[in-house]
Amino acid sequence: MSGRVLVGVKRVIDYAVKIRVKPDNSGVVTDGVKHSMNPFCEIAVEEAVKLKEKKLVKEVVAVSCGPQQVQETIRTALAMGADRGIHVEVSGKDYESLGPLQVSKIMAALAKKEEAQLLILGKQAIDDDCNQTGQMTAALLDWPQGTFASEVTVEGEKLKVVREIDGGLETIKINLPAVLTADLRLNTPRYATLPNIMKAKKKKITQVKPSDLGVDLTSRLQVLRVDEPPQRQAGVKVETVDDLVSKLRECGRI
Amino acid sequence: MAGIHILRTSRLRSTLRYLSRFSSISLTARPTTLSVNLCSRFLSCSHRHQVHAGNDGQKVSPSAAPQRLSFSRLTQDDLAFFKKVLPGRTVTDPDLLESSNVDWLKSVKGSSEVLLRPETTEEVSQILSYCYSRNLAITPQGGNTGLVGGSVPVYDEIILSTAQMNKILGFDSVSGILSCQAGCVLENLSLYLEERDFIMPLDLGSKGSCQIGGNIATNAGGLRLLRYGSLRGTVLGLEVVLADGRVLDCLNKLRKDNTGYDLKQLFIGSEGTLGVITAVSILCPPKPKSVNVVFLGCESFQKLLQTFQLCKGMLGEILSAFEFLDSECMRLLNTHLKLANPISDCPFYIVIETSGSDSTHDEEKLHNFLEKAMTSSLVADGTVATEDAKMKTLWSMRERVTEALTHEGFTYKYDISLPVEQIYQLVTDMRSHLGTQAKSVVGYGHVGDGNVHLNVTSPAKDPALLASIEPFVYEWTAQRQGSISAEHGLGLKKRNCIYYSKGRPAVALMGDIKAMLDPKGILNPYKTLPDDVR
Repeated sequence: MSGRVLVGVKRVIDYAVKIRVKPDNSGVVTDGVKHSMNPFCEIAVEEAVKLKEKKLVKEVVAVSCGPQQVQETIRTALAMGADRGIHVEVSGKDYESLGPLQVSKIMAALAKKEEAQLLILGKQAIDDDCNQTGQMTAALLDWPQGTFASEVTVEGEKLKVVREIDGGLETIKINLPAVLTADLRLNTPRYATLPNIMKAKKKKITQVKPSDLGVDLTSRLQVLRVDEPPQRQAGVKVETVDDLVSKLRECGRI
Repeated sequence: MAGIHILRTSRLRSTLRYLSRFSSISLTARPTTLSVNLCSRFLSCSHRHQVHAGNDGQKVSPSAAPQRLSFSRLTQDDLAFFKKVLPGRTVTDPDLLESSNVDWLKSVKGSSEVLLRPETTEEVSQILSYCYSRNLAITPQGGNTGLVGGSVPVYDEIILSTAQMNKILGFDSVSGILSCQAGCVLENLSLYLEERDFIMPLDLGSKGSCQIGGNIATNAGGLRLLRYGSLRGTVLGLEVVLADGRVLDCLNKLRKDNTGYDLKQLFIGSEGTLGVITAVSILCPPKPKSVNVVFLGCESFQKLLQTFQLCKGMLGEILSAFEFLDSECMRLLNTHLKLANPISDCPFYIVIETSGSDSTHDEEKLHNFLEKAMTSSLVADGTVATEDAKMKTLWSMRERVTEALTHEGFTYKYDISLPVEQIYQLVTDMRSHLGTQAKSVVGYGHVGDGNVHLNVTSPAKDPALLASIEPFVYEWTAQRQGSISAEHGLGLKKRNCIYYSKGRPAVALMGDIKAMLDPKGILNPYKTLPDDVR
């Protein structure tokens, strides 16, 4: 196999940030909140760069959908070793309602346009936990899929994929072109080293509109309400074992 | 002649039982050669032959435990009084006392028989007033994370723990002034403040256990000193209980107050010897909106210093930390903690943190700095992190060195302040001086503040190695007008080394102040001031 790999990267709220719900319950607060690349997307980028280093692919293209800020995320992918980036411009209301169905349509269109041999995505995004985009894209392209991949080996024109499943590990062989979704144990993403960060500034990011790809962004979903999970009640500290026993009796536990 | 403090370990108990068949051993018996050997095993910093002082003309080891002063011993009446003032919070169970009697490094152990846990300043005042009248010695204890043996008793001093004094009294979000009791754990204060978009002005590796009262009594430095300054600037007020129980309320919450002598400065860094800090008001900086962490590798210490200068020039006001570690530290992190090097192997590594209010502005400055550093070959390799998880990982390369060292066996720790250019020379000279005697000799620390943590490891306690290190390290430091304890304080272990960094008239005046504030010397005896100032 020697060709182009497309890697989808998503800009999400950093996992360490405390999420706050907007006062009007329409969503979560994103303004001024720290964002970063979805951790599973990082693993996807790392895998793509590894394939390039093994000379199994010629070019790694990082793709992200969203407003201007997603270019930061694409730059991070470039700093990790991707060759160029594609920024699919989606903003405003369209961005708020952007979900796996629309993204998979965009990815499918790009995969065809770029004549990609392989599409690698993270298995799910940590903001919506959908775990759908990879699978939907494969269906739209009618390509085989290796999801929850924890190990990928190239065998000629086929891929051997070890998948993490409920019962353990499943090994499958799929034809190329294919879609892979990266699971946690696939690899450990590298630190972008300074020389690469400097080089990344000069790498190209092309802007594309969804309409250029013939994709309709209308959503079939409407978010009615977003609420915080119920507050956890504080525990009670007791001084002695006797206190503990009597308190347990009080609330009918014993 | 010195009575030896015999530590109650089960090994020693059985030995004493054996010996008691042949003679009567008491705690203040004249030491025989046998007990010298026993004690040298338990007293971490004592030299094999130099544990006892006196008429036999042998030299006293500077860190050896001093003779027990003539404080009263605990009686049942005393316990009854404490139990009345602190019901349920007077601990006498030996198992519970065990951890409070030993320091974090497990290098010194006391034999206190009672641990008190007051909740209010009033209770502390009653306790001290009583102990003053009864001539009972007290060791105030916060998080017990000190590294110089200052937070645990030497003999049977009563442990006064501030652990239950953990209430936040108030926070003004306009001025950023936080008031809290002395027993608040630093990390808890940080979490409280972060929810309100502020941060504590200090941060250290022991944040999960150390308490703000102890931090102030030590005048802790930490990782943010470069940016936010020392506690001497950020602490606005203190409430302190004096040795005789009087409550000194200097807990003002004003940024500026020039009415009379600034008493709180006496207590900051006094290591619990002038008064017990019970409440604090501290100025907190706003939480930075944009934080970046950079991990760099340099070929030489000279290049590291030049990088520091470039950093100050180009990053200026957004620089919030500049720490270094050497390749030996990296080796220990790789070997003992399985932490991989984020970049390629270099002789020196730097951790730089920037904190600012505008991420675009900060990142641009940072990128310009990094580009300059790379193109002028000051820096051989590096990486940048903007996400929390990655930043924590990069910081752990510096913060966990202390932990990695504990896996080597026994560590001799030195915390030295020197002119910045000379910091690493100490490590290099120590390495050639010790040769193969030591397992590892490492240097790391707050290079931005001119403070190096020199650590020498050996598989087990090695008195010969100690004899090679001390007084060489102190003399080396004194020759360059450095400080033999930059931020750790003097505690028990370094009290007699004070003369390497302070002249006799200054130390004598310290003694006068101690005598004035604590005439009976009941507050944390045997600590901070040298034995000859009593």
